[in-house]
Amino acid sequence: MKPEEAPRETAESIGRSVQSGERSAVEVAKTFLARADRTAARLGTYLHRDAARTLAAAGEVDTRILAGEKLSPLAGVPVALKDNLCTRGIPTTCGSRILEGYLPPYDAHVVERLHRAGAVFAGKTNCDEFAMGSSTENSAYFPTRNPWDPERVPGGSSGGSAATVAALEAPLSLGSDTGGSVRQPAAFCGVYGLKPTYGAVSRYGLVAFASSLDQIGPFARTARDTALLYNAICGPDERDSTSRAEAKPVGLEDLERGVRGLKIGIPRDLIAEGVDPEVLASLDRVARTLESEGASILDVALPHARYSIATYYLIAPAEASSNLARYDGVRYGFRAKNASNLQEMYAATRGTGFGREVRRRILLGTYALSAGYYDAYYLRAMKVRTLIRKDFSEALAQADAILLPTTPTPPFKLGEKVDDPLAMYLNDIFSIPASLAGAPALSVPAGMTRAGLPIGMQLVGRPFDEGTLLRIARTWEKRNEDALRVPPIAAGGRA
Amino acid sequence: MSGYETVIGLEVHAQLKTESKIFCGCSTRFGARPNTQVCPVCLGLPGVLPVLNERAVRFAVMAGLAVGSAIEGRSVFARKNYFYPDLPKGYQISQYDRPLCSGGGVDIQVDGVWKRIGLVRIHLEEDAGKSIHPEGREGVTTTLVDLNRSGVPLIEIVSEPEIRSGAEAYDYLIRLKQTLMYLDVCDGNMEEGSLRCDANVSVRPLGQVEFGTKTEVKNMNSFRNVERAIAFETERQIRLLESGGRVVQETLLWNADKNQAEPMRSKEEAHDYRYFPEPDLLPLDLTTAWIESVRSNLPELPHQVRARLERELEIPAYDAEVLTETRALARYYEETARRAGNGKLASNWIMTEVNGIRNKQGQSIEEFPIRPDRLGALVKMIAEERISGKIGKQVFELMLTQPEGPEELVNAKGLLPIDDESSLRALAREVIAANPGPVAEVKAGKERTFAFLVGQAMKQSRGRAHPEKIQDALRKELAAS
Repeated sequence: MKPEEAPRETAESIGRSVQSGERSAVEVAKTFLARADRTAARLGTYLHRDAARTLAAAGEVDTRILAGEKLSPLAGVPVALKDNLCTRGIPTTCGSRILEGYLPPYDAHVVERLHRAGAVFAGKTNCDEFAMGSSTENSAYFPTRNPWDPERVPGGSSGGSAATVAALEAPLSLGSDTGGSVRQPAAFCGVYGLKPTYGAVSRYGLVAFASSLDQIGPFARTARDTALLYNAICGPDERDSTSRAEAKPVGLEDLERGVRGLKIGIPRDLIAEGVDPEVLASLDRVARTLESEGASILDVALPHARYSIATYYLIAPAEASSNLARYDGVRYGFRAKNASNLQEMYAATRGTGFGREVRRRILLGTYALSAGYYDAYYLRAMKVRTLIRKDFSEALAQADAILLPTTPTPPFKLGEKVDDPLAMYLNDIFSIPASLAGAPALSVPAGMTRAGLPIGMQLVGRPFDEGTLLRIARTWEKRNEDALRVPPIAAGGRA
Repeated sequence: MSGYETVIGLEVHAQLKTESKIFCGCSTRFGARPNTQVCPVCLGLPGVLPVLNERAVRFAVMAGLAVGSAIEGRSVFARKNYFYPDLPKGYQISQYDRPLCSGGGVDIQVDGVWKRIGLVRIHLEEDAGKSIHPEGREGVTTTLVDLNRSGVPLIEIVSEPEIRSGAEAYDYLIRLKQTLMYLDVCDGNMEEGSLRCDANVSVRPLGQVEFGTKTEVKNMNSFRNVERAIAFETERQIRLLESGGRVVQETLLWNADKNQAEPMRSKEEAHDYRYFPEPDLLPLDLTTAWIESVRSNLPELPHQVRARLERELEIPAYDAEVLTETRALARYYEETARRAGNGKLASNWIMTEVNGIRNKQGQSIEEFPIRPDRLGALVKMIAEERISGKIGKQVFELMLTQPEGPEELVNAKGLLPIDDESSLRALAREVIAANPGPVAEVKAGKERTFAFLVGQAMKQSRGRAHPEKIQDALRKELAAS
């Protein structure tokens, strides 16, 4: 196989060949580094890359293999990390000026796990500032572009992680999903993106946006690769009290069992309005295909899901307003100069260190938690959240999984929504309900529009039943004619 | 001040004596070099999460059970949001609408009258770091932050507004501290900040049911200062009302040097804490079985020890009160009394002799050189009238600097009493021979001089002569001479 072909390979086959000694991890790393050298700057996928570190990590994996150490299936596989995952001694900015130059003194739980598994650090990917956004235009540094059409956004907030996998710069990446920040960019970039069940992956070392919603999740180009990366990071961690022992790795052989006998529910009421016809057509195509594979399709109701956006935009900003209070210029990160007293220093540091969207959400959240408003906003939102959770548990008592689009539309253009926060928020209508319910949700590549843009379908499952979602996805993948398409920028040696 | 009643509610913060902090593994030891007992979690670095220390929960539940609080099966941690340089996360993890303990009370005694001060709640929270303002150049303010204290577990004990005077407040604090120290969950050291107290103070005309407007007084670093601050604030409020003014709800800082409470700058107190449930921690669920296991392992509490000592060792309530000041003193007393076989005599010796010396030297009972085995043996000799109290005192003084027991000292120093007839008669003869003048006076009928001869006999025997029997002996020898 020619070096240029390697990036088209799955993580699974790369890991297998490195383990068997067929190739070295260093060779693999060099191939992907060369790919990223060609496209990363144009796409704006990375905030921080360090070839020396990547090669050193790969060299270490080769040494471990030579020493006879039995590594995981991800041995020697490069994995890119969203820049809100703490990496010891490696810049971690969350796409924000306020953390410019910040070097964490510790690795996030998932980073430790990947290191142990023998995965190779590929760099820190661009994202909306503190994971707040749906287009990666809110990065304080530069926007990320969609590999399928550089005039369009890759989605967000994990836009860099989605785009880098779509552009074959890395076989795998991790992002974080609070209201859709893994699934929506996965859909926009034509890759898989899994938001695990809340509690399935330790959040230790994930810089918090909204603690009760944040989950770290994998991006990959196949269902099996998605499972491999999920398996490498899931499970309880004593440093995260909300992580859960029920989170178990997915058996790869189970993904091949097909969907015969599975019941798949579609919440038709929720999908009634404002959805692009090509997205609807894709939904029907996926549903029909699964039916032909032996699944039964039924209607399910999620009556409170239409309140999701309002609910989310109270809870998430409320938690964010508290989580982001620590960026005050006192101990690390950016501090405004020339303030004459403490209050001024706080105001100037936070006023200039945070971007507009972050400031907007801090204000929203502060307001929602204020004396006199708490009951009407935050408390009310928490009650609606309970109702939405109940909707899902009832729907998932009838169906084994819920199928709905990941987004109402294909990727939009840069600048199209950036000045219209409401329109931007509405883009998350299909991803937010599962976040509020804490349910696992997977965005699956589901064909292309006539204009050549990716469409993503979403599967939502029962708590800790990531396996069923991946199994349905794998069944569809085998029938999906577009499954192995790569964007023009990544196709061929010199895109 | 007549015509008014003071209404006081106290908020006490007690640091729990756990080895490690409430949400991470860092040491809680006081006095280490600044910022050496810290980790990403208690520094509040991006991405960290709290993990609750079980021992902190146990200690808080012990405190709640000791003061009769109801322990809630489910309590919820909440974030209290405010900006301050020594608060690294920008919020304090505390408890708000669902605290760990509700109700309960502390029995206090002022002027011999017992009164119960009810408790609203006890909740668990983390301490903040410490801001230090070193003297700098003129006009330049530097603030240094030490985060060693950040994350040390605290309980906040909130009383009902049922305290009516500084004296009551003082006794409440003494007894609360005593209970916490008996439980060994707090070291009670106010100077080191392991026990802190804020007071909510208001006044109202006698007979009025509604509360007056309250002020909150902070920054009092001793129980006496709490008492003084309450007195100051009571007087200030009454004077204000009497002169036609109104009390403004505000926070005051006690200035111990000036002996006055001064208003905080309004900016520092204009807080809306925006409490909401802490999403990084699960609700704290305690099973009844767990709570009961904590209850059954509670040590004996001050009032229980007092009652038991009164009953078993037959001492008055006052003695029991003094001897149970600390758990160690109570243990010391109890062992001494049991060895002496006489509770009241042991009590007297400890309250006067032992405490007298300790107070002079500033010694804790643990440091006191005479341990209960030796003191008990001494008191036993006195109780059995083998030596007089006076000799006992001499032996006691010797024991302060020498390791021997009372028996050895009495024998070695020849301190055994002289009470046999022939020795006493011999002593009497010596005294008569040595004092011809006084002897003549006694014989001439001057009875008062007889006491002088007795004194001479006691002096010559260095107090060892039996005080009654020597008088007999003198009379007999005088008659015979």
